[in-house]
Amino acid sequence: MTGKKRSPLAFFATGLPLAATIIIVLMIVIIVVDFAIIGVPNLGLEFLTEYPRNNNTEGGIFPAIFGTLLLVIIMTLVAVPIGTITAIYLTEYARQNSWFARTIRFAVNTLAGVPSIVFGLFGAGFFIQTVGAGIDEARWESKLEVAEVALSEPSAPFATLKQATIADVLKFLESDDAVYWNEAINAIETYPGGETATASIDQVMTHLRANPELNWGKPGLIWAALTLALLTMPVVIVSVEEALRTVPRDIREASLALGATKLETIIRVVLPNSITGMLTGSILAVSRGAGEVAPILFTGVLNSARELPTAVTDQFMHLGYHLYVLATQSPNVEAARPMQYATTVVLLALTLALNITAIMLRSRLRKKQFT
Amino acid sequence: MSKEREDIKIDTQGLSLHYGDKQALKNISMRISANKVTAFIGPSGCGKSTFIRTINRMNDLIEGVTISGSVIIDDVDVYGPDINVDALRKRVGMVFQKSNPFPKSIYENIAYGPKINGVKKKAELDEIVERSLHQAAIWNEVKDRLGDSALSLSGGQQQRLCIARAIAVSPDILLMDEPTSALDPISTSKVEELVCDLKRDYTIVIVTHNMQQAARVSDYTAFFYIGELIEFNRTRQMFTNPEKKQTEDYITGRFG
Repeated sequence: MTGKKRSPLAFFATGLPLAATIIIVLMIVIIVVDFAIIGVPNLGLEFLTEYPRNNNTEGGIFPAIFGTLLLVIIMTLVAVPIGTITAIYLTEYARQNSWFARTIRFAVNTLAGVPSIVFGLFGAGFFIQTVGAGIDEARWESKLEVAEVALSEPSAPFATLKQATIADVLKFLESDDAVYWNEAINAIETYPGGETATASIDQVMTHLRANPELNWGKPGLIWAALTLALLTMPVVIVSVEEALRTVPRDIREASLALGATKLETIIRVVLPNSITGMLTGSILAVSRGAGEVAPILFTGVLNSARELPTAVTDQFMHLGYHLYVLATQSPNVEAARPMQYATTVVLLALTLALNITAIMLRSRLRKKQFT
Repeated sequence: MSKEREDIKIDTQGLSLHYGDKQALKNISMRISANKVTAFIGPSGCGKSTFIRTINRMNDLIEGVTISGSVIIDDVDVYGPDINVDALRKRVGMVFQKSNPFPKSIYENIAYGPKINGVKKKAELDEIVERSLHQAAIWNEVKDRLGDSALSLSGGQQQRLCIARAIAVSPDILLMDEPTSALDPISTSKVEELVCDLKRDYTIVIVTHNMQQAARVSDYTAFFYIGELIEFNRTRQMFTNPEKKQTEDYITGRFG
């Protein structure tokens, strides 16, 4: 009995995929090890808890870690609920061939392919310059009313003079007689001509109106987070939709046949059954968003910060961006290199932690389902 | 015929159903007696499953279905305006051809219906669960493992679980769409015994492709063919002395 000669095609069918897998794994290992060798020795408590010093050659990256975490948390709180509810609507409620559902799906798919820098520009143009500036203008208007009243006070310079010097106006606003109002002082200080210029009350008001205080209309944590949420939302929607679709039709029918409403069926049967898929997809979407740098370039990230962001309108430092800063803007590249490597290790560790959490959660929930 | 002296539970009048352009049910008029077992028989695709699903309006879930005519249960047309379909389905329970327990524990499966109806107290739920599992003749097999997943039961047990789940909300009517076609003979006979016991408390409509089962289990039988109701009679009468030739041909196996 002669054996059949193994066809070379069969060899390629198993050999090629194996080779590809080995190459990919090897590359990941090389990258991780390369960074770990130099980076890990530089990791220490000091590195993780202190501010950068001396032009990023010493100290730590704590503000970058803090900023990244805060950013990711806000992004998740926005993207996951909205994405999940959209997916539930698309899968459970929308009539599958309706014009509305098809338009939403098309929009989601298109959004998923938009380059991340475009999201950044959109965030700057829409969130900061339109929404943020709009909020500032609205709030400024109400403050202007107060300003007008203050400047019309009997003790104000304009009570006796038609034109007063800017210096006198400032002195009045800073005194105890006036309504204390910081932002007005900042704005009036920029009056053309400086403190020696004179102006009537109308001219001062006009100047104030043209120079609103920018609180929301400038780059900040909230806008960066919203921009990132837009970026990750399509991924959340698609993965939640997939998870919902795996719930078999027959148990939905069983629930409805018992007299449950569609909403009750979704809450009591469909969602619990698809929660693993939903969570996994959400975590993977979040970990993608955590690594994105382009969208935050114009929407809130800083090269360096002296203090941590405390309000959603504050700007922040970011691990991914900090890597770029270290690599390109350091006057002493050699000294900054250890920091670069260590920062990379932290960033990789963060991504790894997110992915491992997803895997662990998924296997824990899977076990619970089948006991 | 002593039908007039029996209570009529379900009265369909001129019921027709279309899937898009294709007509699946043609002008079905039938009166189903209370607390009896009525079987629907007929070859595949004759509309018996479609018809049974009109009684609890499960066809509403399919896009493109149009229905005309009426289905009157206890003097109310369930296709009339202002009908609360969820309330209807609480009174008309259904058991499906392929058992479909929820991927939850045995206890939670049975408790699902009552919980939706607002039962919250554990003692009450315990009592309903035990009673339903007793009525479905499966209590002894599962009483020590109510917390186990329903999916760990055998096929026959799962189907009896689904029956228990359906009766846990105390419906008036139980619709069974080929409940034993996926079961082995022993489980099948257990379910058939169950059906005979349950008719004391429920009006049962059972679709079956197995004529011997119809003969064993039902009081009345309806023969369907290509969307039409060909004959409807007491079971004994239909199987010994059918009125229509088509019925006789089907029962004697000349086509199927």
